[in-house]
Formats: sequence, C-alpha cells, structure tokens
Amino acid sequence: MRWTSPSRNAQPLALAGVILLSAFLLSGAAPEKHLSVYSVAANYSLPLVQREGRDYVGLLEVLEPLGKVNARSDGARWRLRYYREEADFQNGKSRARVQGRDMEFPGKFLLENDRGLVPVSALSVLLPKILGGPVTLHEDSARLFIGSIATHFTASLASDNPPRLVFNFTAPVNPMIAAEAGSLRMTFSREPVVAPASPTLTFGSKAIPSASYNESSGLAVVTVNTTVPVIATFSNAGRTITVAPPASAAAAPSPPSAPNAAPPSPGAQTTATPATSVPAPAPAVAPGPTQQIWRRYFAVVDASHGGDDRGETLTPALFEKDVTVALARSLRQELESRGMTTLVLRDSDANLSVDQRAVFTNADHAAIYIALHVASAGHGVRVYTALIPSGEDDRGPFRSWPTAQHAALPLSQIAATAVASEFQKRQIPVRTLAAPLRPLNNVTGAAIAVEVAPQGASLAQLTAPDYQQLVTSAVATAISSVHDQLGAAQ
Amino acid sequence: MIPRHFVIALVVLLIAALGMSLYALHMRNSVAATPVAPVDTRPLAPPVSGPREPVTLYVANDEDGSLRPHAAQIPLPSGRQQRAEELLQALLTIYLDKTSPHVLGGGSEVRSVFLVDPGVAVIDVNGAFADTHRSGVLVEELTVASLIHTISANTPGILRVKILVDGKERDTLAGHADLSDFYDVTAVNQLTTQLAP
Repeated sequence: MRWTSPSRNAQPLALAGVILLSAFLLSGAAPEKHLSVYSVAANYSLPLVQREGRDYVGLLEVLEPLGKVNARSDGARWRLRYYREEADFQNGKSRARVQGRDMEFPGKFLLENDRGLVPVSALSVLLPKILGGPVTLHEDSARLFIGSIATHFTASLASDNPPRLVFNFTAPVNPMIAAEAGSLRMTFSREPVVAPASPTLTFGSKAIPSASYNESSGLAVVTVNTTVPVIATFSNAGRTITVAPPASAAAAPSPPSAPNAAPPSPGAQTTATPATSVPAPAPAVAPGPTQQIWRRYFAVVDASHGGDDRGETLTPALFEKDVTVALARSLRQELESRGMTTLVLRDSDANLSVDQRAVFTNADHAAIYIALHVASAGHGVRVYTALIPSGEDDRGPFRSWPTAQHAALPLSQIAATAVASEFQKRQIPVRTLAAPLRPLNNVTGAAIAVEVAPQGASLAQLTAPDYQQLVTSAVATAISSVHDQLGAAQ
Repeated sequence: MIPRHFVIALVVLLIAALGMSLYALHMRNSVAATPVAPVDTRPLAPPVSGPREPVTLYVANDEDGSLRPHAAQIPLPSGRQQRAEELLQALLTIYLDKTSPHVLGGGSEVRSVFLVDPGVAVIDVNGAFADTHRSGVLVEELTVASLIHTISANTPGILRVKILVDGKERDTLAGHADLSDFYDVTAVNQLTTQLAP
C-alpha cells in the first residue's frame, strides 16, 4: 500500500491544476454570440450556437415572444405552428414546407433534443412566410428587424459657440454612453437603430470633427469623435440627443455620472469628461392612469387583405390587396412628410391576420390606426369607425377583445370627422359610417378605416397615382389637423 | 416443390380478383354515365298559411348606399320564429330579383332563424349566400344591416343577433363584414340611421 501514498498527495495538486487550467481556458474562450431581435411586440436577445461552421438559433425561441407558437417533433420531422401558420421541417434538410408550400433556405435544419435549429441566414427567408410581414436581417452584426421597426436618425451640427451636435431619432432611445479620450460612444443594445445614409459623418468642426456608425454582435454603436470634453443630454422624450461641451467644463471637469452611463474604460484619460445622460422614459407595457406611454409610431397604416386574402377582385388582374399596398405606401409618405412617424403593417403580399394587425397596433400604442380598403361599388370615399359588437365587459385591467375599441371610439370619431371634412374640402364624395369591420373593434387607440372607390365609373382611377395621392394627402392633412388631440389622448 | 392444389387455388383466386376488378370498373363507369337529376330546390314545407300582415322590410340600395324601409303585406304564421323566417324569406325574394337594387347571388337562402331567450336571434344562411356575395365594406354591411334591422324591427325583444353560414361560424361575409361576433341590435339601429337615404 505504500504506492498509494504519493498518489494521495498528488490529488489536491491535480485538482488545483484542473481548476487553474479550466479558469485559463474559460477566460480565453470567445464570448457567447447573441442575436438581437427587434419587433413591435418585443425586443430580445437570443444565444447563438455554432454548427457546421454556421451560426444557428432555435426557431421556437425566435417566435415565442412574438405570439402563440408551439412545436412538436416526430422522428426526424419537426412541426411548428405559429397562430394558424404551419411549418414542417426535416432534420438535415434545407427544404421546409411552410403554409403548404415547399421552400428552400440556406443551410440545413437541425433537430437536437426536440429543439429545432435553423441557420441565422435562413431567418430572412423563413420568417416572412411564417409571420406574414417584412423581416430584415443584418447577418454580419446578428441583428434581426421584424416589421418596419427600424429607428432612423439624423445628425446635424449647430454652429453655436460652443458647437452642438444634435442627433434626432425617429423613436425614443436610451443608449449606454461612455466617454473616452477623444470620443464619446453611444451603444444601442435594445433599440433597432440603423445606419444613416453614410456610416461616417463629417461636420467640419474642430471641436466635433466627425461621427461614425457601426454595428456588431447585436449592438449598434455611434461614436462621436471630439477634441474637447463633451457631454450628452437627452430631450424631446428621448428622441433627441445633444452632444456638446459642458457649459462650465473648465470649472467642473468631472460631473457625476448618470445611472446608465458606463464607467470610463481603464485606458481612458482623465481629461475626458464622463458623459451625462437623462434617461428616456421607460417603455410602458400597458397604459396606466399616470404612466407615460412609450410610442414608437404615431400612426399605423394597414394595407388590408394580402397573401391568400385578395379582397375584392376589382378586375380579373387587379385585386384589392394590391391597391391597398400602393395606397398605404403613399399615405406613409404623406404622413411622414407632415412629421408623423408611420408604420405600414403590410408592405408586401403577405398573410396577416386581423388579430395580428390589432396586436401590432396595440403593442405600439400608436395614436391612430388607419386601415385602407378599396371597392368598386359606389363613388368617392367612405370613412368607417368601429361598430362595436355585443361582447363581454372589461375585467379590471383586462379589456374585452371584441370591444377593446370602446373607450377610444369618441377619438376615432373625431379622426373620422376630420378626414371626411378634408375630403369635402377637396370635393370628393365622402360618407362617415360605423362598420362591423375587424380589427377596428380590437384596437385600443383611435382607429378608422378608409374605403376608396372611384369617383367615376372607371376602376382605372383606383390605380392612378394622382387619385391615390389626392386621397392619401387628404387623409394625412386631416390626421395632422387633429394630431394634438390624438397624441395627447393616451 | 409447391403442391399442385395450392397452385390451382392461387390461380383461381387471381382470376376471381381480376374478374371482380373488371366488374367494379364497369359499375363505376355505369354510374358516371347515368344522368343525375338536378337538385330539387323546391320547398318541402307547405306554403305558409296565415293572414297577410303589413310589415316593413329594410332594403339595401347599392346606388346610394342606403337602407330604405319597404312596406309589404306578407302571410305570417302565428309562431314567432316562423314569422322571423318569413320576414327574411320575403327580403331575400326582393334581393334575388335581377332588378333588385342590391342583388344577391343565385341560390342564396336563409336556411333558418332561431330565436333564443333572452333576446338572441340566430340567422343561418346557406353557403351560396356568403360565397356569391360581392366583396366590399359597404356592400356587405348593407346586407348585414338589412337582415338584422328587418328582423329586429318586426320582432320585438331581439337584443343580439348572430349570423351563421351553413350552421357554422364564419369570420366574414365576403372578406369584410365581421360574422365572428354577436351584433348588438341597438348599435345596428344606430347604423341604420346613418344608412338612411
């Protein structure tokens, strides 16, 4: 038994060695990669796994925060159901059957312990079919945008003394801000900020010569290059960030850090001033009596029908769903040119259920929802508000789905009256009516539907850009006239 | 070596199977060639008997998108439910006329009307009614309002109305008018005011 003694002595040493080796290996391991997903319903981050040299993500995990989804595996097959849409995958195959149609996607589907994994690059192909809406994937930076969700920004230098660099965003933002020697960095982890027209912006100022945009690892970063200490301040409910030297920079070189300001990096020079920030209002999940609403878009424009639902067949080659998309795009342009941020719910020939349309609108707390319809019958335009069906009463904080519009109906009627008035001014025949038209009754904010018919007998007028622009500019002008009432309502 | 009687039995069975297949094919072709009598759509129930009574039907008009009262005298049975059915049958007779101001597709029928206490009416239309209906918010709304207002204005006590198609719930009439919920008669009465000429 003498031979056991050295072994016993060596055991603690071996254990310590293993621990040290593990710590060394872990410290040198690459950080776990993540996919950032931005949608109207939720913004979230998912871990990526490496398989066959590609980044993979669990498809069920991607869809779970977006709506009702379930999946089950049957041998090598994996079936996914998202609301009414069904998708069928097979382990090791790059072909899936989505909504009864076969489709190819890059890479292979993998089934691991009943978990369905798809390559990240396949999401831009699969998700539009499953979700019925546009999806934009920034594959290199692992950022996925579901719907027209992107937050755009502009940067302009005010030539005051000292100069101020003003960033205007189309939605409230609350980035992590860090100041280092010669730069101020704003890191957007939760906001779907996208690149400006040029990733590098130059301003011709000695104090703030340039700024740059880049994105990687699920983050978007705006770096402001400076030659003087600067601070960042928030205004306009988080939509505007102003970067400028502090008023009393010389007297107060180190203002206190804001709660969300990152500490300076170890390499930062002490002459740089840590940026201060006023946090933007936190996103509100549900409106409360004194809660401030977080709203990404002022208006939600809905091109009705789409996909298998063609709407009215206006001519053998012209369907209502196609004309509504053209009208929706035109209306978005008209609304945005009047300063109202606008989301078009359906910007392609995609299936989108009325429930999904209402969910997107309610989740965003949009000030107004405008559904667009086209008809061959009658003349001019009809503006509809909801005909509230007979439904259950609200229970506490929970609203009855069929009658969710009830509280906002007076506001909807204000908007409908304004729209009708604008059409009258333009001598277009118009009527305002209530209508049993979903999802008007499911929307919790102001909601109207506009049904456009030709002024004369020719259906060709419905596709004429002049007529479409006449209609959409009238709607946009009317909504603009009641902007304050709609905006203040929630 | 397979016994001879097995071989004979197998051959007999194969011949029998082949013969039965040929006979089945012959029978199938015979049935396909037999002319099928058209579906008899004549009513099986006897004509409604009862005194003719004045009623007001609310008739949609596509020309100006209105709902107009239309005075009529129709024989009405004594039963409340049968009266409601007769009202809607009379309304459909107008809509199925080619000169109607709001034409419905051929074969459209109201299958039955059920009156359920307290104050619920269920109108069951056939598949052709919905399948052949023109699509559009206003044109569908006119049909729905016409049915509901006609039945509720002539049958006291109805508070809510549900429309079924072939006995089943359907999302919309023809892509627009919602059929998934119960209609509130008070709300439809207000709509009728908006739809007045």
